[in-house]
Amino acid sequence: MAAVQTTSERALNKVAIISVLIVTIIFLAPIYWIVSTSFKPRHLATTVPPTIVFEPEISPFVKLTLRRSQLREQPTPEEYTAAPWWERLVFDGGEKIVRSGRGEVQLSGYPSRFVNSLIIAITSTILAVAMGTITAYGFSRFKMPGEQDWLFFILSTRMLPPVVVAIPMFLMYRVVGLNDTHVGLIILYTAFNLSFSVWLMKGFIDEIPKEYEEAALVDGYTRMEAFFKVVLPEAATGIAATAVFCFITAWNEYAFALIMTRRDAQTAPPFIPSQVGSGLPDWTVIAAGTFLFLLPVAIFTFLLRNHLLRGMSFGAIRK
Amino acid sequence: MAGISLRGISKTYGGTRALRGLDLDIEDGEFFVLLGQTGAGKTTTLRLIAGLEKPTEGEIYIDGQNVADWNAAERDVALVLQQYSLYPRLSVRGNLEFPLKSKVRNFSSDEIERRVNKAAETLQITKLLDRKVERLSGGEMQRVSIGRAIVREPRVFLMDEPLSALDAKLREALRVELKKLHTELKATFLFVTHDQVEAMSMGDKIGVLNRGKLVQVGTPAEVYHNPCNTFVARAVGSPPMNLFDARVAGGQMEIGSVKVPVGANGTALDGRDLTVGVRPENIRLENGAPVSARVFDIEDHGVVKILTMQVGEDKVHATVPAKTVVRLDETVQFGWQPEKTLLFDRQSGTNISTQ
Repeated sequence: MAAVQTTSERALNKVAIISVLIVTIIFLAPIYWIVSTSFKPRHLATTVPPTIVFEPEISPFVKLTLRRSQLREQPTPEEYTAAPWWERLVFDGGEKIVRSGRGEVQLSGYPSRFVNSLIIAITSTILAVAMGTITAYGFSRFKMPGEQDWLFFILSTRMLPPVVVAIPMFLMYRVVGLNDTHVGLIILYTAFNLSFSVWLMKGFIDEIPKEYEEAALVDGYTRMEAFFKVVLPEAATGIAATAVFCFITAWNEYAFALIMTRRDAQTAPPFIPSQVGSGLPDWTVIAAGTFLFLLPVAIFTFLLRNHLLRGMSFGAIRK
Repeated sequence: MAGISLRGISKTYGGTRALRGLDLDIEDGEFFVLLGQTGAGKTTTLRLIAGLEKPTEGEIYIDGQNVADWNAAERDVALVLQQYSLYPRLSVRGNLEFPLKSKVRNFSSDEIERRVNKAAETLQITKLLDRKVERLSGGEMQRVSIGRAIVREPRVFLMDEPLSALDAKLREALRVELKKLHTELKATFLFVTHDQVEAMSMGDKIGVLNRGKLVQVGTPAEVYHNPCNTFVARAVGSPPMNLFDARVAGGQMEIGSVKVPVGANGTALDGRDLTVGVRPENIRLENGAPVSARVFDIEDHGVVKILTMQVGEDKVHATVPAKTVVRLDETVQFGWQPEKTLLFDRQSGTNISTQ
């Protein structure tokens, strides 16, 4: 930017900055709403107009993670003072924490759903990206009969909306006993993501000059070593971008998780809305669940941001 | 160190033939230059020798051994490419170490260190060792590429147009250095280029490739002075050799309407359709010389002037001393000594001067 700016240029700059700010606020507003609701006392969650200023409290997260039930009668003052601070928060909300016979607190359904989501999304992402990278490398570097047809076939698996096959998949899974298992969902999500992963990675690997590997081959490395030492590091950007996309898809998937899982392998997406219907909806708890659910994708994307900045240009790496 | 022999090599890619029945012998320690246009099969030849491709037919011998079943690593050759042989993630040192760190080589870290330093010294890139490759200039990159090849002390160096991406000054400098390196290492060099100046100035021997066939092999002088056909005559020398259609009749050579005396064995060629070749430096401007021409273009190179003259429809190049006074559009007369011409059969293009 030139050191000297005319007044009109400066004004234009201001307009640009203000527009960006407005757009940012519009985009961030729903996220703020979710985050703020997850720290609100229950009675403020549904006020019209929304309460913006309030004293944040942690009770929605306590309620989210622990089993609780409606209070039939108020706790005695002794009970109240004997309770730890987080239990008092729940009492204040007109509920009590369910304890076992020995007085231990029990986890609600949410933590295990969250862990399921993590296991399934991470495993299927690793599988889809690893298989996709190797497949893409093969397509990129070797000639094979019907190469274009194979690639088209791989792409065609994405042309059908996945939900269309949900019922047949459900029936097949029932026969082989994969319903409500981690393995079942991992296989499904890996399969969804694989075609995408192959195509995206092929673009990235095509961009890596094959001279790099050939130099390594001549230098005394095997094809495998050349792949791991030369191609993979060069493809890191592409792998990061592909992994983020695959992770987001697997993490957010709702329809199959709803149909295929009930308890053991249920992921967070079908679980969170199911809580709306149990008794009166406690929106603060739902917001807290949603907020925690947002975090992994945000963290994952943030960690890979350096790779993504280059990777999002879809293979346009610098030669 | 090792010689290379190719016997009856053919290579077909899909439907296209890149090489046809190639026979080539490169002696141990020779600086051999393969000269040819894009698509002549130069790079294919290199890749076959390097073991990156397998020939469709024929055998390759390195140091007398048939290497058909040897992979690239086992052949112990080094490849220098026009570009892309350096890893952008690594430093210069990392790049130089890379070939030595292969399991096949199994060098100790002291040995790696020693070799990297030695190569860096030879190529004067010691200062650059810790620099990132992306920060290097084109010439420095090419030096590092060569360094990557020499650290391994391979038996054969294969170079695929290593200088063509560089600017003219650097190219000249590196040309000299490569020659020097060759003398020092006493290794076999196979250098591929489309630039005839590079071929002439560097090669102990030149092989001229045309559409997958080896046309002529010889020392630069042989190839220059005695090209085996019109293709080689055109390919080597700058400006290129002048070639005229001619016919011999009664001891006189008729080039268009111009008649010039034929050389010694002229009468034997009576009635044959020929192509006459005259090197530009053998053309002399002289008043009263047999051919009249209009000066079309003058390039002053300092030492010499290169004239382009128009004779009828044809353009004729002449290299004349710089002090020669000519002006554009001036009419000049020129001629040449009959013994300095080359005669080619017009149909086949074969050199028949020596017959």
